[in-house]
Amino acid sequence: MADDSSIDLDRLAHEHADALRAGEYTSRELTEATLTRIRAQQDPLNAYITITEELALEQADAADARLSSDSAAPLTGVPIGVKDLLSTRGVPTSAGSRILEGYRPIYDCTVVDRLQNAGAVIVGKTNLDEFAMGSSNEHSAFGPVRNPWDTDRVPGGSSGGSAATVAARGVPLSIGTDTGGSIRQPAAFCGLLGLKPTYGRVSRYGVVAFASSLEQVGPFARDARDVAELLGTIAGADPLDSTTSPELVPDYTAGFERGFEGLRVGVPSQFFAEGLDDGVRQAVETAIDTFEAGGAIIDRSVELPTSPAALPVYYIIAPSEASANLARYDGVKYGFSFIEGESVDEEMSETRARGFGDEVKRRVMIGTYALSAGYYDAYYLKAQKVRTLIRREFEAAFTDHDLLLTPTTPSVAFALGEKLDDPFAMYLNDLYTLPVNIAGNPALSIPCGFDQGLPVGLHLIGRPFDEETLLRASHAFEAETDWHRQAPASGS
Amino acid sequence: MALSTDEVRHIAHLARVALSDDEVERMRDQLSSILDHFDVLSEIDTDGVPPTAQSFELTNVERADEVGSSVEREEALEGAPRREDGYFRVRAVLD
Repeated sequence: MADDSSIDLDRLAHEHADALRAGEYTSRELTEATLTRIRAQQDPLNAYITITEELALEQADAADARLSSDSAAPLTGVPIGVKDLLSTRGVPTSAGSRILEGYRPIYDCTVVDRLQNAGAVIVGKTNLDEFAMGSSNEHSAFGPVRNPWDTDRVPGGSSGGSAATVAARGVPLSIGTDTGGSIRQPAAFCGLLGLKPTYGRVSRYGVVAFASSLEQVGPFARDARDVAELLGTIAGADPLDSTTSPELVPDYTAGFERGFEGLRVGVPSQFFAEGLDDGVRQAVETAIDTFEAGGAIIDRSVELPTSPAALPVYYIIAPSEASANLARYDGVKYGFSFIEGESVDEEMSETRARGFGDEVKRRVMIGTYALSAGYYDAYYLKAQKVRTLIRREFEAAFTDHDLLLTPTTPSVAFALGEKLDDPFAMYLNDLYTLPVNIAGNPALSIPCGFDQGLPVGLHLIGRPFDEETLLRASHAFEAETDWHRQAPASGS
Repeated sequence: MALSTDEVRHIAHLARVALSDDEVERMRDQLSSILDHFDVLSEIDTDGVPPTAQSFELTNVERADEVGSSVEREEALEGAPRREDGYFRVRAVLD
């Protein structure tokens, strides 16, 4: 039996899984060591809103029992962090907002349910931008998360805590959500892999809703094999979410031996236009060369001309859906409530004024405006029509390409506070990730180099329900490079 | 497109978000500048293009209409800020 301090927490999830099976250490030992580390990293990272120590140890003991009875699944006994947007029964679920103060869900969301059935050990609920609205994790009622590569910089958002804790080697895996880039952008900023699955691939049941037609739950990890394993665990049809697809969940590692050979790769010029930092461009171009050298066929003639319009389309559709989804926070059923008013209206308006942060108020206001009488056609309906055009362009691009390569973000991680006073400058961060949510395709960000000492993300966009090709390409890239093995100095 | 202070107050009322006078001013400036960025959409020709509400439409997803378990009343009321006789309590909606 290993002493806590001798467990190598820098290991990948599948390496832990092998060690647990070999009896090198128990899940309880691994979980205790993990809890010690993530607690120590809270200052300065602030990656967790709640650390679920007691539950984690219970789950670890159950995992150890499974491991000794040979009924273990691949993730059994492996620690994982879950974004605090996912409902966990009896465990505070804040969505990063004051308005859910004291709220404890009375059920588990499907993804958490599946993780528990697989025997994964949930060590805590990770910090996020309030209601997943933000690109820096600075819009959290629980304070900002810091980037392990440079603690004066943001980790990205909205799944900033999920990214920071994996980058800092606190846990090998975590769960985020991606509505406009909220998994891929923090993955890029923190030097990790982050996957937004195809819309409908993973159940949204029990995930606090922001923009229902755009969001998906997905994994953060440090190599393609771990992403494949975690996606395979959480994906698939769910009777509780009628937008999940009946499409079968394949073995996501099936293409791992096939390398780059014969992959038809499109590189759309629209994602390399002005606004892209030179250092990011260079790292991405070098990565594209690696694909080509390995046998991929690179085509730079592919066009997605309407994709720049994804930004305004997104900032109409997402706030519109948000304004409807967030109408439920009325101070009547749960959470924070202002009860000293004179009327229903006053109490609701004060509850929401005091419970919501600035960015959430801004988006609820934009959405309310875009849906209001007289403006619906000009904003919401127009945005939905442009959405059709963007989707069609993606469909056309994938008739003769297997994947598209772009940068994940126009720059590396920016400084805390840098974009806080200019909402639109913050939105520009998601320029390359938003079009994918608009179209619904799957996309993966993988580490592909550094600019100014900070990680750069390569963005792989795939055909609907073809996550397998993204992971195959990522695995091939990992065989040729070691960017995914780089760790921040503050990590261990 | 510049919003007026009155428009901001109207939207805030529709959204049930109480705003101070300072917040109304700030919100007016920020929302107006965000709306300016939406203007590019009017330059895109969408004649005859149908709207997309959701990317991969599954239509008429059905299930058997069977009685299942549901949430217990007591459980549902657990987090209620105010309750009375097994109900959520709110201020009178009508006078």
